[in-house]
Amino acid sequence: MLKRRLIPCLDVRDGKVVKGVRFRDHVVMGDIVDLALRYRDAGADELVFYDITASPEGRRVERAWVERVARGIDIPFCVAGGIRSVEDARDVLHAGADKVSVNSPALERPGLIAELAEAFGVQCVVVGVDSMRDADGEWRVRQYTGNPDKTRALTRRTLDWVGEAQRLGAGEIVLNCMGTDGVRAGYDIEQLSRVRAICEVPLVASGGAGTPDHFVEVFREAHVDAALAASVFHGGDIAIPDLKKHLGRAGVPVRYTWNTD
Amino acid sequence: MSGEVVLVDAGGTNIGSVRYALERLGVEAVMSDDPGRIRAASHVILPGVGAAGPGMARLRERGLDAVIRALTQPVLGVCLGMQLLFEHSQEGDTPCLGVVPGRVLGFPRDTGLRVPHMGWNTLDTVREDPLLAGLDAGDRHAYFVHGYAAPVGPYTLASSEYGAPFSAVVRQGNFCGMQFHPERSAAVGARLLGNFLALGSASAPSTGEVVA
Repeated sequence: MLKRRLIPCLDVRDGKVVKGVRFRDHVVMGDIVDLALRYRDAGADELVFYDITASPEGRRVERAWVERVARGIDIPFCVAGGIRSVEDARDVLHAGADKVSVNSPALERPGLIAELAEAFGVQCVVVGVDSMRDADGEWRVRQYTGNPDKTRALTRRTLDWVGEAQRLGAGEIVLNCMGTDGVRAGYDIEQLSRVRAICEVPLVASGGAGTPDHFVEVFREAHVDAALAASVFHGGDIAIPDLKKHLGRAGVPVRYTWNTD
Repeated sequence: MSGEVVLVDAGGTNIGSVRYALERLGVEAVMSDDPGRIRAASHVILPGVGAAGPGMARLRERGLDAVIRALTQPVLGVCLGMQLLFEHSQEGDTPCLGVVPGRVLGFPRDTGLRVPHMGWNTLDTVREDPLLAGLDAGDRHAYFVHGYAAPVGPYTLASSEYGAPFSAVVRQGNFCGMQFHPERSAAVGARLLGNFLALGSASAPSTGEVVA
């Protein structure tokens, strides 16, 4: 049976893992490979590395750290940030990443999604969507969220953009619910459920995890394929083996990396 | 035999990851599309990520389709590389190498299944084989990412289930295939890659007998 995935997200700035609250005020958490290995050993199912400053600064991801991670770990990982072309993606994938995630550059030029799907297959192409509810109750997409001074609100509705991204060739959607990010009050079940209803590819929930029950809730109620979290894992508040046992007891199928006999 | 492990580039982007996984097992593999070097290898691995049509075209334009078909040493196809071992893939209606009988089909799109099949799924042993040695422990998960799969057939050593059972590990004589990514399947993947490297050229073709 296919298991639900737990994905620690490591925001990367200048080769270090950082974490902010509501996408602001970043503090350094540690070295990329050390953290990657720690999560692999704890039973993380996958890792995402967001180079959060690459896109706003118009840089591409540095190949060197991608290669270091690829050599060191034996679980899948995705790289996001600063991927603007097929060549950028090829660089990261050939360095050993399993998937690339595109966000701001895909909003600038949606055809990028189709080009990536054509070049590498849809299974490599993740589209990250940063979404916030506006005063009129509608969820809309945000761009350049890695830098608060450059973040832009777009008129594009989140549901429309997820639909378009799938048509163009997205193999997975990561929905970053900005309203709940970093505040640990639970995933945005309402928004995730709405997106789930129109999403035919794997959907990853992001933003809001605070307790083990938040994970149970997002899998059982929003039917997401994976849950991504950062601060609760980095800070040691939730240990992945304990979380997996909790999910298993609640009837959510998860991958145990230990002998259950 | 040179004793080399040779990775054949079928255009997949996972070739580096497979090389690193072999490095972690203490094996320095070489990447080559040179027919002589491939024929002389002790083990040949055909990694692959991408679509069947371009993958086969890439092999054919270098004449490697005929080279691979004629190999007698252990050959391992990974993900798309496994699918190319079959006779045909529904993806782009592509004739493949045909060293394993059978056809690769797409997951049905009209059943509510989310495609691609992406994530960790369990391996269920269909037929004992040295390729599956040591897999009886509690963790039997492997990491899959694919939209096409081969049905379960006489060549199936292990199956997995997504909507319906499909082939996760296959073997037809010296030709082996893993639909998941052993290079990204943690300890289980390392074990299976190690099992493949332990297969000798003289190893008896898998006949369907239970050898455990």
